Amino acid sequence: MALLGLLLLTFMIGRVMPLDPVLAIVGPDADRATYEQVHKQLGLDRPLWVQFGRYLGDLVQGDLGRALLTGRPVTEDLARVLPATVELATLAILLGALLGVPLGVWAASHHKRWPDHVARIVGLAGHSTPVFWFGMMGLLVFYAWLGWAGGIGRIGLGFEGAIPRVTGLMLIDTLLAGDTAAFRSALRHLLLPACVLGLHSMAYLSRMTRSFMLAQLSQEYITTARVKGLSRRRVVWGHAFLNIRVQLLTILALAYGGLLEGAVLVETVFGWPGFGSYLTGSLLLGDMNAVMGSVLVIGLLFVALNLTADALYRVFDPRARA
Amino acid sequence: MTASPLLQVQGLQVAYGPTPIVHGVSFTLGREKLAVVGESGSGKTTVGRALLKLLPRQARIGAERLQFDGMDLLQAGERDMAALRGRRLSMIMQDPKYSLNPVMSIGRQIAEAVQRAAKLSHAECNERVETLLARVHIRDPKRVAAQYPHEVSGGMGQRVMIAMMLAQRPQLLIADEPTSALDVSVRQEVLHLLDELVAEQGLALLFISHDLNLVRHFCDRVLVMYAGRVVETLAAADLPRAEHPYTRGLMAALPSLRQRRAVLPVLQRDAAWSAA
Amino acid sequence: MTTSALPAPVGVFQAWRADAAATARKLLANPLTAVGVAVIALLVGVALFAPWIATHDPLRQQLDAALQPPSGAHWFGTDEFGRDVFSRLVHGTRITLFIVTLVTVVVGPLGMGIGVVSGYFGGRVDVLCMRVADVFLSFPSLVLALAFVAALGPGLDHAVLAIALTAWPPIARLARAEAMTLRNADFIVAAQLQGASHLRVLWRHLAPLCLPSVLVRLTMNMASVVLTAAGLGFLGLGAQPPLPEWGSMISEGRRYMLDSWWTVAAPGAAILAVSMAFNLLGDGLNDALDPRQSS
Repeated sequence: MALLGLLLLTFMIGRVMPLDPVLAIVGPDADRATYEQVHKQLGLDRPLWVQFGRYLGDLVQGDLGRALLTGRPVTEDLARVLPATVELATLAILLGALLGVPLGVWAASHHKRWPDHVARIVGLAGHSTPVFWFGMMGLLVFYAWLGWAGGIGRIGLGFEGAIPRVTGLMLIDTLLAGDTAAFRSALRHLLLPACVLGLHSMAYLSRMTRSFMLAQLSQEYITTARVKGLSRRRVVWGHAFLNIRVQLLTILALAYGGLLEGAVLVETVFGWPGFGSYLTGSLLLGDMNAVMGSVLVIGLLFVALNLTADALYRVFDPRARA
Repeated sequence: MTASPLLQVQGLQVAYGPTPIVHGVSFTLGREKLAVVGESGSGKTTVGRALLKLLPRQARIGAERLQFDGMDLLQAGERDMAALRGRRLSMIMQDPKYSLNPVMSIGRQIAEAVQRAAKLSHAECNERVETLLARVHIRDPKRVAAQYPHEVSGGMGQRVMIAMMLAQRPQLLIADEPTSALDVSVRQEVLHLLDELVAEQGLALLFISHDLNLVRHFCDRVLVMYAGRVVETLAAADLPRAEHPYTRGLMAALPSLRQRRAVLPVLQRDAAWSAA
Repeated sequence: MTTSALPAPVGVFQAWRADAAATARKLLANPLTAVGVAVIALLVGVALFAPWIATHDPLRQQLDAALQPPSGAHWFGTDEFGRDVFSRLVHGTRITLFIVTLVTVVVGPLGMGIGVVSGYFGGRVDVLCMRVADVFLSFPSLVLALAFVAALGPGLDHAVLAIALTAWPPIARLARAEAMTLRNADFIVAAQLQGASHLRVLWRHLAPLCLPSVLVRLTMNMASVVLTAAGLGFLGLGAQPPLPEWGSMISEGRRYMLDSWWTVAAPGAAILAVSMAFNLLGDGLNDALDPRQSS
C-alpha cells in the first residue's frame, strides 16, 4: 500500500517538472510538427491516469525510460552510479559507528561527569556542521595543505579508465586487477569523503548509544553483575552493551538510509560520480525519467532498510523469538 | 563461633544531600540470620546496598565503624570493594525478572560467577554450573542452564539467583526482599532452600524484608527500622515481648488464626520515633 | 484573599506561563544552553542592526580588490568580485533569520493543525493524514526539499516553501500523539457535553495543551532548517546571487577555495555556529522539560 503511494508520488514529481521534457529532447528550434510528434511519442497527450498505468506497466518490465542527460536507459545509469555511493556510504557508516558507538558508551558510563559533557558537545558539533562545508575544509587541510588525502574523484587521474570495471566498487576492482598503486590511490580518495559523510552518522550514533546505555545502566541486572564482583569494563561491555546490540543494529540500518542526504552534498563537493550527484543533476535538468527512477530507488531503499531493521530485531533479541 | 562478629556496623549514615535517609544504624552480624524489618522508606534496602557500596554516586556513606571480617569497608575504594563482592559478600535481589540479564543464558550468568572463583576449563565450568543448579533443587539443570531468564518461572529464577550468588562461596549474604515478588506458595520453598544453604555453608545472612510475620519464624534476630533509624533490636523469639511502641504496633496489627478480633488495630505513628 | 483586578484568568494559560518562567530559569542555569541562547540573541541583534554593523556595502563589487586575505580594511577578506566577506556575512544573518522564522511560522500552525485534527477525529481522517505524512517522512528532508525546489524553480521563497513542506510531518506526528492521549480526557468530554463544537474544543482546549511540546520540537528543528537551507543554497537552489546567503556564498567561493580559504571558511563557520546554538537551545529545552529530572 505504501509502495503504491510511493509510486504515485514519484509519478507526480515527474509530471510536475517545470522543464518541458519534449523541448529538452527536440531542442528549442524545432518546428511545431516535430514537437507534436515527440509529444505523442512520449505519451504525454493521454490523460494522466492512462499515463500512470503505462508507467506502472513499464516498471513491471524493468523499464525506467531513458535519461535525458546521458541518453541511456535509466536502469543502466543507476547501475553505474549506485556502486560508487554504496562504497562511500558503507565506509562512512563503518567509520561513524567505530567512532560514535564507543563514544556513546564512554559518555554513558561516566554520566554527568566530564566525559559525558565532552561527548555531548562533540556529538552536537558534529550534528550541527554543514557537511558540504566540512568536506571543503577537509579538502583544504588534508589535500591542499597536508597532501595526505587524494583530491576530487574516486581515483587519481593517472589511473582513471585503466581499471576494468567488475563490481563498480573501486576498492574491490583495483584489488581484482592486482594493481596495488591504484588500490592505494582509490583508498586515499575514498577516505576523506567517507570521513566527512560519516560525521553526521557518528554524531547520531553516539547520541543514541549514550541514550540506550543510560537506560540499561539503571537496570537491576547491572547491580547483580556488580555484586558478582565483575570489573567495570565487563559490566559495561559484557552486560549493558549486550542488551543494546539489537537497538544499535536497528538504528544503524536507519542511519544508513539517512546518509543519502549527506551523500547528495558530499558527492557534489568531491566530484564523486555517485547516485547523489546523479539525483541532483537530473533534478536540476528536469530529467523526468531519471528523477522518477531515482526517487523510486530511494523509496525502495528505505523500505528495504526498514524491513532489514525489523528482521535483525527478530534474530538478535531472544525475547522477540518467543 | 568466631571471637568477634563477622560484620560490625556502628553509626551508619547515608545521605543524598543535607538530610540523611539512614542515621545512626548500629548492629553486629555473626553466623546467624538477622532480619532488617521496616516499611517502604524506612531505609532498610539502603543499609543493605551501603554495605556493598552499591549506592548511586551522589550518596555519602559515613560511619563510626564499618568492619567486615576485620577489614574497614568505609575506607575501601572501588577496586577493593569489587574484590570483596561476590567472593566474600554477596546479595540476592527481589525480582529475578529484572535482576537477571535478559539476553544472557542462565548458565552463562552463573558461569561468570564460577569463573571468578577459580580458573576452570569450559567443560569443568559447565559441570560446576549444573552442580550449583542441582543444589538449589532445580530438576533439569542442563536444560535450565541453556534457557533465558524470561523462560523460567519466578521461583526458579530466584533459585538461579541464589545459586549464582553463592557460587563463589561468600561468607555473608544479604537477601533484599527475596520472596516479595514470588507467589505465596513458592515463598516457603525458597525460604526453606535459603535455610538449608545458610546452615550448610555457615553463612551470615542479612534478611531485609517488610514482612514481620515472615521473618519472626525464619530469622534468629530482628532489627526494626523506622524513618532511617533502628528503633529496636531483639531476638525473634522475644518479639511478642517487644518494648518499642512501633514494634508492638506492628505485632498487634498482625492477623492471627488463633485470636479472633473484630477490628485490626491501626498503627498510630509518633513523631518521636523518627527523632534520636 | 484579595480579589484581583485582572480579568478572570484562562486557567491553562496562566499555569502555563508560570511553568514557562520556571523553565526559562532552569534553562539559563545550564551553561551550554546559555551559550546557545546568547548566540541566537547575537544573531537576531546582528540581523536587526546589519546595515550599521556591516563595514561595507555587501553588494558592491570592487574587482581590483578581489580575493584579498583578511586585513584591517576587510576583516574577513574579499570574494572574487571584491565584495567584503564580513559585510556579506552580516547581511546574510537577515536571510538566515528570515528563512528560520518563516519556516517555523508556516510549519508550526500547519503541522499542529493537521496533527491535532488527525489525533482528535481519528478514523479515516487520521489514516489519510498519517499516510501522507509517512510518504513525506520516507525521504530524507534535503532530498525532498531538493525535489520540491527543482519542481518550483530556484529562489528564496520557493526554498522556504520546500523546507516547510518537509518539516511539517514530525510536528504533525507529535501533535497527533498528544491529541490522542488527551481526546478522551474528562475535561474534553465535559466541554463536548456542554455543547462545544469540535472547532471550539480543538482551538480552546486541545491546542493549548499540545503547544509546549510542539514549541520544543520546533526549536530543535530550527537547527536542521538552517542546515537544509544552507545545503539548498550551496546547490544553487536557495537565495539567488547576489544575495549574501551563506550556503550560496560557500558555493561561489568554492572555485577559489584552495587559494582563498576565507571565502569559504567564514560563511561555513557562521552556519555551524547558528546551527549549534539552536541545537544547544533545543537540547537544553528538552532537558529542562524532562519530567524525570524535575527538581
